[in-house]
Amino acid sequence: MTTTTERKLTTQKAIAEAIAQEMEADDSVFVMGEDVGVYGGIFGATEGLLDRFGPDRVMDTPISETGFIGAGIGAAINGMRPIVELMFVDFFGVCMDQIYNNMAKIHYFSGGNVKVPMVLTTACGGGYSDAGQHSQTLWGMFAHLPGMKVVVPSNPYDAKGLMISAIRDDNPVVYMFHKGVLGLGWMTPNPRAIGPVPEEPYTVPIGKAAVAREGSDVTVVTVGLTVHRALDAAETLADKGISAEVIDLRSLVPLDREAIVESVKKTHRLLVVDEDYRSFGMTGEVVATAVEGAFDYLDAPPLRVAVPDVPIPYSRPLEQFVLPDADKIVAGVETLMAG
Amino acid sequence: MLQLLTPSGDVLGEPPLSVDLTRRLYRAMVYVRTFDRKCAALQKQGRLATYAPFEGQEAAQVGSAAPLDPEDWMVASYRDAAAMWMQGYPWELLIAWRTGDERGGRPPEHVSVLPPSITVGGHMLHAVGLAWSARHFGEERIAITYFGDGATSEGDFHEAMNLAAVYGLGVVFFCQNNQYAISMPRTAQTRSETIAEKAIAYGMPGVQVDGNDLFAVFTATAEAIDRARAGDGPTLIEAVTYRLGPHTTSDDPSRYREESEVEQWRRRDPLERVRIFLSERDAWTPEWQERLETEASTEIERAVELAEGMDGLGPARIFEAMFDELPPHLVDQRAEALRSVGQ
Repeated sequence: MTTTTERKLTTQKAIAEAIAQEMEADDSVFVMGEDVGVYGGIFGATEGLLDRFGPDRVMDTPISETGFIGAGIGAAINGMRPIVELMFVDFFGVCMDQIYNNMAKIHYFSGGNVKVPMVLTTACGGGYSDAGQHSQTLWGMFAHLPGMKVVVPSNPYDAKGLMISAIRDDNPVVYMFHKGVLGLGWMTPNPRAIGPVPEEPYTVPIGKAAVAREGSDVTVVTVGLTVHRALDAAETLADKGISAEVIDLRSLVPLDREAIVESVKKTHRLLVVDEDYRSFGMTGEVVATAVEGAFDYLDAPPLRVAVPDVPIPYSRPLEQFVLPDADKIVAGVETLMAG
Repeated sequence: MLQLLTPSGDVLGEPPLSVDLTRRLYRAMVYVRTFDRKCAALQKQGRLATYAPFEGQEAAQVGSAAPLDPEDWMVASYRDAAAMWMQGYPWELLIAWRTGDERGGRPPEHVSVLPPSITVGGHMLHAVGLAWSARHFGEERIAITYFGDGATSEGDFHEAMNLAAVYGLGVVFFCQNNQYAISMPRTAQTRSETIAEKAIAYGMPGVQVDGNDLFAVFTATAEAIDRARAGDGPTLIEAVTYRLGPHTTSDDPSRYREESEVEQWRRRDPLERVRIFLSERDAWTPEWQERLETEASTEIERAVELAEGMDGLGPARIFEAMFDELPPHLVDQRAEALRSVGQ
């Protein structure tokens, strides 16, 4: 790394910096959503933008998700590059028609002619007792529905690079940030939420996974905050003589299937970890990918650590009970190794 | 309710349009009616997918689209082919879309019309964003959006009206109150006396017009367009009209309305009163009518040939229209689909 990359930022500040730099470079980029202006975004993703770019390009909206997501689609069709924030992904229920029936499908319905280059940003995840309507990840839902790219950064470097890629992409991109990776003062401290971020604009390709830690005995595939949990688990496992490879998917659509298959061919064992619900989600898709692409290489049936199919509990101990953590990942890997 | 031309062809006050322009818009109404009847017939023959006819609403659509500038955005619903054609959307694409060919949803360059919306009301928001971006870019264009009385019960209507008013955007909300949300009559949809009066709550003007009166529709829409272009914000127009046909070709309206009601509305036909108006000014003859109908049929027949002559769709296209560039998983899925049909 050069000295310039040693500057450290939290993930939240890296996101805000990416947006600011793209707004600086391109007058058609703008931000809209609830509390994105004066407040700077409820999770700080648009911090400082109002002062720099003014209320015409950093637009606070009424509580009207269908309204402003739909308006964002219209603005994108006319050549703008909107960044529209859905405050919590849990609120998708009131505006999903705009997201999956309009934003994601207009390109197809127009025979590929009408482009919707917009970024839908949204905060995901639990772990801070915010209960069942403010703590879900739900990325499996968005990744399931055709027509939108879905990215989930886990660290400051990827957060900035993926945001710049998302803004420049000519397709709709859903940018889902886990609250636990942002480095917010009021969340449980997370040393992995701060890291080196180059000052200059750069991109991280959408659709490419990263090997967050190399290993040879077992592959742990995950995304978002559970990448941090898996890295913690890998350290514990190393002490026990088990070498775990951690794959950070970074994008769910397109999914880097090759990275999954290649790693499984190397380690012969697969654990998939997800903070989304277990059934019909990312874990099933990754296991299917490994089985389709590396069946003969598997030494044990793949295992999953995911949230059971229940709402995220309000109670702190019950919430911790359902969320994946390092201990559950260690236990899962040990089961795999014994198999 | 604004009415300038009565069903019996009497003008109230000075005619707002010249005889020449009236003739051109009458011709347009003959053309779109020919199109509409042709599409209903093609559907019966299995050559079109489900079709939503608009007979009875010709003046509402033609009269409201006529005052637009060519670059003005139009965001319309599945029943608004007449308005879309007025704004430059070619017949053959309107037909192709109705055969199920997504290429029919591809607006030609310089035609500022989005593919028609199927979801009820969602597209109104896109007009809000289009108008907002037009203002950002310093463009003169405004956005008009077409929807029915049924859509005004959707939350999307509320959010679109509110946002457009809050930001003072150049949007014309054009509601064709055709009296039914499939089977539910207008009076059962809302306790408001009119749909136009809903505008008051959003702080924008609301105008109710006789939607079968070409002159009233044209006049009210032209005023709303002027307001929008001048930066004076959005307007809601309620065009009171009637869907003479079924909701779609899958619907049987006799299950929810009396034939006598339909007959009553037939007597308020939007074309007939303009015909009388022109006839009284020696600007309409049966020969001209016959010529118009023949020309319209020929032009639409040709468009049907063009639409039906488009290359076969093939399974590859459904993948290729998904993204700007085809991502790896769709490359794989396309290959699998092509293998399955032996390609």
